[in-house]
Amino acid sequence: MKKAVFVYSPEQLGYKFSDTHPFNHKRLTLTMDLLKNIDALKDIDIVPARVATEEELLLAHDPKYIDIVKRAGHGELTEAQGESYGIGTEDTPIFKNMHEASAQLVGGTLTAVDYVMEGKSEHALNLGGGLHHGFRGRASGFCIYNDSTVAIRYLQEKYKARVLYVDTDAHHGDGVQWSFYEDPDVCTLSIHETGRYLFPGTGNITERGNGQGYGTSFNFPIDAFTEDESFLDIYEKAMREVFEFFKPDVVLTQNGADAHYFDPLTHLYGTMNIYKEIPKLAHKLAHEYCGGKWIAVGGGGYDIWRVVPRAWSMLWLEMTDQEMPAGALPQAWLDRWQPEAPVPFIPTWEDPIPLYEPIPRKAEIEEKNAQMLDKALHIIRIEKRV
Amino acid sequence: MIVEEIMNEEPYTLAPTNTVLEALKLMREKKVRHLPVVDEDHHVLGVITERDIKEALPSSLQDEPNSAVFNAAVEEIMVKNPLVGHPLDFVEEVALTFYESKVGCLPIVSGGKLVGIVTTTDLLYTYIELTGATEPGSKIEIRVSDTPGILFEITKIFNAHHANVQSVLVYPDSENTQNKILSVRVKTLNPLAMIEDLRKKGFDVLWPNLPGVSL
Repeated sequence: MKKAVFVYSPEQLGYKFSDTHPFNHKRLTLTMDLLKNIDALKDIDIVPARVATEEELLLAHDPKYIDIVKRAGHGELTEAQGESYGIGTEDTPIFKNMHEASAQLVGGTLTAVDYVMEGKSEHALNLGGGLHHGFRGRASGFCIYNDSTVAIRYLQEKYKARVLYVDTDAHHGDGVQWSFYEDPDVCTLSIHETGRYLFPGTGNITERGNGQGYGTSFNFPIDAFTEDESFLDIYEKAMREVFEFFKPDVVLTQNGADAHYFDPLTHLYGTMNIYKEIPKLAHKLAHEYCGGKWIAVGGGGYDIWRVVPRAWSMLWLEMTDQEMPAGALPQAWLDRWQPEAPVPFIPTWEDPIPLYEPIPRKAEIEEKNAQMLDKALHIIRIEKRV
Repeated sequence: MIVEEIMNEEPYTLAPTNTVLEALKLMREKKVRHLPVVDEDHHVLGVITERDIKEALPSSLQDEPNSAVFNAAVEEIMVKNPLVGHPLDFVEEVALTFYESKVGCLPIVSGGKLVGIVTTTDLLYTYIELTGATEPGSKIEIRVSDTPGILFEITKIFNAHHANVQSVLVYPDSENTQNKILSVRVKTLNPLAMIEDLRKKGFDVLWPNLPGVSL
């Protein structure tokens, strides 16, 4: 069995709102080129992303909404008509063939699922996916179709699997959470910057699921300026306890790379360290609990030059048990892309130390995060005691 | 916003002759802490709260599970002639009543009859909705001078970006009484262009304010 496959098709780059929109899949090209430059990604590792069928999209979306997306992408819908569906807004503008491009991203995640569940590879990565804000009948936050929701339903129907969804994007994974809010066989875990300020505003610790699904939604809203140590402390404790509690058959991780200091849309002040550690623990726990079954998708990440290629490369390196690189980035890669980049590259795998000025209220922020973690996990800790 | 829009229009009620035990059971079963007591024509006679019952009962540390209090009629321990509200009261008036009179609920009366009930919990949820926190959005905080027309200048910028404003809260600036702080929640993941325009027009954007922000 292969260690991991890298799902990618050039058609995934068709998911493009405009040249100035922050969501930019050029980051896929940059990441792949970086990995190829260090000889960590070979052509035989890459499998093409299939296109999700309409029937598959219906696992998570309303037929009416799919029709709206199709019409928008074929020039048959005005912005005003699309507005109540979240289409044609500043966040999710209309672009040509938006249905086809979105279905291609969903298909990529389904391809990843099939590779893992059919035993063709232990793990699989679809960096084009991770569109966690998409709702059943509405686009939101740059996301049209929610590939993770479709993939989890597909995992349930085709493979009868109990799925743990882990979301480390700096924004709350609201779309996926609400899809499975009442489902006891899907557990969602999201660690994100608190919604007091940041989009989408949800993801409070009190959102724990509903009805039969009560107790299978976990949220860890961390404060702005959290920094690496506290982020990783919360992540590690949350992951271990939730894995132990839920005992999933398979884990799907969403790997937004927007918690970094450079990211323009968030304020968590993470560094490259967290992107080294996040996949390491997911990998380890997937082997401990799920016989290795680990599907990973991309997500947010709005500094596509300095942050995303390095962060996502580390994810692939971890999945394939390759040694974590250190020191200088390949000169050929820097030379190729620097002329296009509006910012000077960080020329090494690590971030410079210090990357930014010290945060004045560090101790209080860490204390607050730790308190939040205790409250969020209280529900499973008491169950354990009984 | 008026009370009619947030009140519970079908409150559970008791007759004055119902027992304290019945009141307690109803509260536990329906997960409520306040029950209006009404006569046959739905005139409000009183209110009984979970706290009234607790105060009437002997201490739970004493071993008296069959206290005579349980069999007493609720009219004996209810608050008679309670404060009531009207469906057309403003929500903020009710909030002030709760705060000043230290009560946790108001039976809402119209035409002499009970038509609803409002509790502090309903008000709290209304407050949460007012902040816009129940819909996807990003928060922007702006310090502005306390002068007429400022809000118009700000909303022009949101309008130019086709942005859907979910809520606007205005509160005093603790540092300078000449200023106000506007806290706006906008339906977007990417508020950067709007923030840039606000700054270009000379507005003091407090959040997001990077880097080196003071918390």
